[in-house]
Amino acid sequence: MSDNKLHISRSHLHYLLKQMLRIRRFEERCVSLYSEEKIRGFLHLYNGEEAVAVGVMQALTPQDTILATYREHGHALARGIAMNSIMAEMFAKQSGCSKGRGGSMHLFDSKLRFYGGNAIVAGALPLAIGMALADKIQQRNAVTCCFFGEGAVAEGEFHESLNLAKLWQLPILFICENNLYAMGTALALEESNQNIHVKAASYGLTSEVIDGMQVVNVEAAAQRACAAIRNSQGPHFIECQTYRFRGHSMFDSQLYRNRNEVEEWQAKGPIVQLTQWLEETHQIEAQDLQNMEHAVEQEIDAAVDYAENAAIEPVEDLLKHVYTEVSDD
Amino acid sequence: MTEVSFREAFKTAIVEALSDDPRVFLMGEDVGYYGGCYAVTKGLIDDFGPQRIIDTPLSESGFVGAGIGAAIGGMRPIVEIMTVNFSLLALDQIINNAATLSHMSGGQVSVPLVIRMACGAGKQLAAQHSHSFEGFYAHVPGLKVLYPGTVADARYMLKMALADPNPVIIFEHVMLYNQTGTLPESNNIAPMEKAVIRKTGKDLSIISWGGCLYKALQAAELLEAQGYAIEVVDLRCLRPLDSQTLIDSVRRTHKALIVDESWKSVGMSAEISAILAEQALWYLDAPVRRICSVEVPIPYAGHLEQACLPQSKQIVDIALEMLTAPEQVLKEEL
Repeated sequence: MSDNKLHISRSHLHYLLKQMLRIRRFEERCVSLYSEEKIRGFLHLYNGEEAVAVGVMQALTPQDTILATYREHGHALARGIAMNSIMAEMFAKQSGCSKGRGGSMHLFDSKLRFYGGNAIVAGALPLAIGMALADKIQQRNAVTCCFFGEGAVAEGEFHESLNLAKLWQLPILFICENNLYAMGTALALEESNQNIHVKAASYGLTSEVIDGMQVVNVEAAAQRACAAIRNSQGPHFIECQTYRFRGHSMFDSQLYRNRNEVEEWQAKGPIVQLTQWLEETHQIEAQDLQNMEHAVEQEIDAAVDYAENAAIEPVEDLLKHVYTEVSDD
Repeated sequence: MTEVSFREAFKTAIVEALSDDPRVFLMGEDVGYYGGCYAVTKGLIDDFGPQRIIDTPLSESGFVGAGIGAAIGGMRPIVEIMTVNFSLLALDQIINNAATLSHMSGGQVSVPLVIRMACGAGKQLAAQHSHSFEGFYAHVPGLKVLYPGTVADARYMLKMALADPNPVIIFEHVMLYNQTGTLPESNNIAPMEKAVIRKTGKDLSIISWGGCLYKALQAAELLEAQGYAIEVVDLRCLRPLDSQTLIDSVRRTHKALIVDESWKSVGMSAEISAILAEQALWYLDAPVRRICSVEVPIPYAGHLEQACLPQSKQIVDIALEMLTAPEQVLKEEL
């Protein structure tokens, strides 16, 4: 259970750092696996945005529901889906977390209430409304947390959903990962008003904008919002200002932004920032960092090994899962 | 045996569902205080309250998506979309989410959602309130598509749809709401996914469903007066399609005439024709014929609207052409 107080113990800070490193190194490994053609299809990497998923996830309990986008490896890892099953999914194997039917963009784990992995921009927002409505009707004291990028703000479903969330006073936490580019289109070319959190406020949601590159900051904001939501204070909205270090997908030559801009953001990246601060305040030793990196590398090696050796689904099973079988109860 | 209207049958089904299962709720535009655009849900908000009869904003994508989410979250929502044309605003949710989530998640997610929508022409509602898009939806794996054409199906198909763990769409033809029919006393009704032979005959099969079924039955009676025994097949469920019943019927009658209120090109009638061509060609004694709507957006003017739609007389005329032996036609032409 999370509580209102923010954990800022040394061990918790180390935990946050490790979670972000797991995501970063996982994504980096995905790049090489992609060039080896082990991973195919579209691959959207989360490098640079790790603080958002990791920070927000600290505020969520196992009863809470998560919906994410097609850039969701980080969220899946931070939620606790086993890296083995995520990597196996990337490798299109039957033991993948979506049995190889979803791939990188559609990671699912219903036991962890992780409902995708949605590759339609803003497509998960209405689903989040429904999941929260179901919780409210069934009097489950749970939060539905919906992640999406700032590109979703231009979609009608964003506005329909925010209106419904407030109208029905639903227990939802909207997390807008504002990484400044909807694929290759800058926010200024998309939105007449670029203050996204203001749009949410205009629907009556409690809304704020935060520095999404500082994981502690993100966690604090998410803890506050979740506490309020659990206290029947209705939907909350957090705009996390962040940046995507890599291209939109593996096919992006990044003509729409310059190298300097990327480097400026990289200098204030979430892992760099936290590591520097921990070092400056003597809360981490070089050996701790090495150990952490080593453990992460081992976990990734094991996941790749697992995925390599996992079985593919027999083609005879192709028609499975299109429909849920009718049970006799 | 009691005489009821389709409207009453649909409503009774909703009342039963709400009474039997606390997980069921109804939401849509004007379903509550207004009583439903076609008055199907009139008075339900008084009996069940605004928690279970939820008036939604005009956000089709939003509230259909909310229905999907609520279904995943353990509820059994019935979502009403005022008319099939408005459902196009929710196509993203229906096709990209409702139809895919089970498969995309490797079977982890079920979407036990029912979507009801009014459809069809005949009320001079013109080109944005009158169409028959059941073929669009029947095209999509992951969805189930029902189209009741009898009061018994209007009364009982909702229960079967709610018992199904998949997203089910139910079409309600606007011209049927006021029609009445005899409701069987018992719950003796064919399974949801089975086509039903509404009338048996040996000379020709008329294949139809939903809003055209009564026209097919009228035509069959007129033809019977002329000495022909016509079989009428009611498809009821357009996905999955019970092709076996179709093929069996054609095997008996050797002639197939499809009556479909949607456009002919690339629609349900084309699909059925293809099934018969692939699986029943050797049983056929005549080319398959189709009567569909004329390929224009439905016009406002009443006479033009009626000229668009399949009519009983047209069914009789085409059937007679098919029933008349080619030699005889040739002789007459000479």
